[in-house]
Amino acid sequence: MAIEFKPSPSLPPPVNSVGALAWLRQNLLSSPLNVFLTLFSLYVLYLLVPPIIEWGVINATFSGDTKAACTGGGACWAFIGVYFEQFMYGLYPSEETWRINLSLILLVLLVGAFAIKTINKLYLSLAIILVYPVVAYFLFAGGVFGLTVVETSLWGGLFLTTLLGVVGIVASFPLGVLLALGRRSDMPVAKSVCVVFIETIRAVPLITILFMASVMIPLFLPDGMNFNKLMRVLIGITLFSAAYMAEVIRGGLQAIPKGQYEAADAMGLTYWQSMILVILPQALKLVIPGIVNTFIGLFKDTTLVYIVGMFDLLGRIQAANHDANWLGTTVEGYAFAGFVYWIICFGMSRYSMAIERKLETGHKRN
Amino acid sequence: MTDRNMALAQLEPGEEAIIEFIDVNKWYGDFHVLKNINFSIKKGERIVVCGPSGSGKSTMTRCINRLEEHQKGIISVDGVEMNDNLKNIEAIRKDVGMVFQHFNLFPHLSILENLTLAPIWVRKTPKKEAEEMAMHYLERVKIANQALKYPGQLSGGQQQRVAIARGLCMQPRIMLFDEPTSALDPEMIKEVLDVMIQLAEEGMTMVCVTHEMGFAKTVADRVVFMDAGEIVEANKPHEFFDNPQHDRTQMFLSQILNH
Repeated sequence: MAIEFKPSPSLPPPVNSVGALAWLRQNLLSSPLNVFLTLFSLYVLYLLVPPIIEWGVINATFSGDTKAACTGGGACWAFIGVYFEQFMYGLYPSEETWRINLSLILLVLLVGAFAIKTINKLYLSLAIILVYPVVAYFLFAGGVFGLTVVETSLWGGLFLTTLLGVVGIVASFPLGVLLALGRRSDMPVAKSVCVVFIETIRAVPLITILFMASVMIPLFLPDGMNFNKLMRVLIGITLFSAAYMAEVIRGGLQAIPKGQYEAADAMGLTYWQSMILVILPQALKLVIPGIVNTFIGLFKDTTLVYIVGMFDLLGRIQAANHDANWLGTTVEGYAFAGFVYWIICFGMSRYSMAIERKLETGHKRN
Repeated sequence: MTDRNMALAQLEPGEEAIIEFIDVNKWYGDFHVLKNINFSIKKGERIVVCGPSGSGKSTMTRCINRLEEHQKGIISVDGVEMNDNLKNIEAIRKDVGMVFQHFNLFPHLSILENLTLAPIWVRKTPKKEAEEMAMHYLERVKIANQALKYPGQLSGGQQQRVAIARGLCMQPRIMLFDEPTSALDPEMIKEVLDVMIQLAEEGMTMVCVTHEMGFAKTVADRVVFMDAGEIVEANKPHEFFDNPQHDRTQMFLSQILNH
């Protein structure tokens, strides 16, 4: 008679390999070098953290209308409080800033609506991509439904930063996808156009492109034909980051095994069907870290518009630093700018990690 | 005899070829990978293609749905000549299912979505109908309980059976198999071969590149042996295995059957 095979039961792991103490031992104190590094890091933290807290919180002044109110010897956050509206909205008229807030609330509501299960996601996406920008534009610029016109030269602060960043991101992404597909295309004309575009843009600093957009292009345009500087700068930023985006996405396209292209072809899918349904979903997922990297870079690069005379968040802060009533508040201004940028960029990075986890379908081979 | 007549000579009078190779040649750069292929396959025929690696058997099969382009000669499938006309190629690909060595399922789609993708987008079948059909074929390959999983969660044998079901969902007139069991663990080969045998018994036109000689003996109407880009010998299985005509065929068979 054959002997029956019974798998041995699974045993729990040894006690000293789980729990907080084991974590400490494994990660901080596993070798003499690690013990030293742990102690050294603690010492550096001891040197840095208390003075920063003392300056930024304990001795800081949080309210007041003039520099004279700041007497604690620490940070003068009152400066941020006084200038807060300018930092957020630039020179946008105070009584009209509700329009910016409203458009932001609208956007949050629309994006939040994705969580509702019964809603048609296609229509919602179309509403966000096609309808919302028009609504937002008229809210910002005014001139319809009795809204006062607000010149784009008054737009500024975090509002301008966000506008440049969001429009740049939303517009450069599809353009980058097209450029990446074009660069891998079999059609010689499409391919060379894409290669020349990408290589030219990547070979030029963003500052040059911004200068071209704001100073040079108006010189070449015939008299009377001119379009808004903000628009020109937006186009410049979009083209610039589209070139980088294209190369990131091309990396993803190249990582997709040939068999996926062949399987899609063999089913009779057309080129665009196989790209949109099969290849791009996989390729884009692979390069989410690279895409978000480009987005974060783009968002921070928007500060360069200061050079062509547009006052984004950083520009507004620098302008406020020149206020004779608030001399000596440069550090507070930059600390505030750094904090705001950090919040936004860190948020983007965490969001991208959440998306990656959500799209995980367990096909990774370990 | 002209090339066309040579190709047709393999058919009984009155039989219509569904796949026809007439003097087909193909090069990869300087490498002559297919040399003067003349071959006809009639409707409902089961063809097994075998031969050593690099003999061009996969390439020949992949020319049928133009995953590979040939440079000289004529390949016609279902009366349509395969050339640069993209519309023709897409039309033929609708009717020719293909199963690959490495399954090539789409990892970002569930099993069910893998099966319904082509019917919905290429055949414009309504989604509900496509899903019903997909479940039908999944049941046939005995894997319906996995419909909502992703390919990465299935074993190799299960994935290959899904790939066969995916091909069948387009209700093809021809199925191509490119070494469907070569990437599988020995324990899983049988479950895939069983599905293929069942399919063959239902009268599907099949072209199968494989090293499974047992499969060839059981289901093939003709076995084609290729070497160095040429068809060395094509014959009925019992003739092919018991009485090979060429030295090269004898050597190949002695090596794979007596190891």
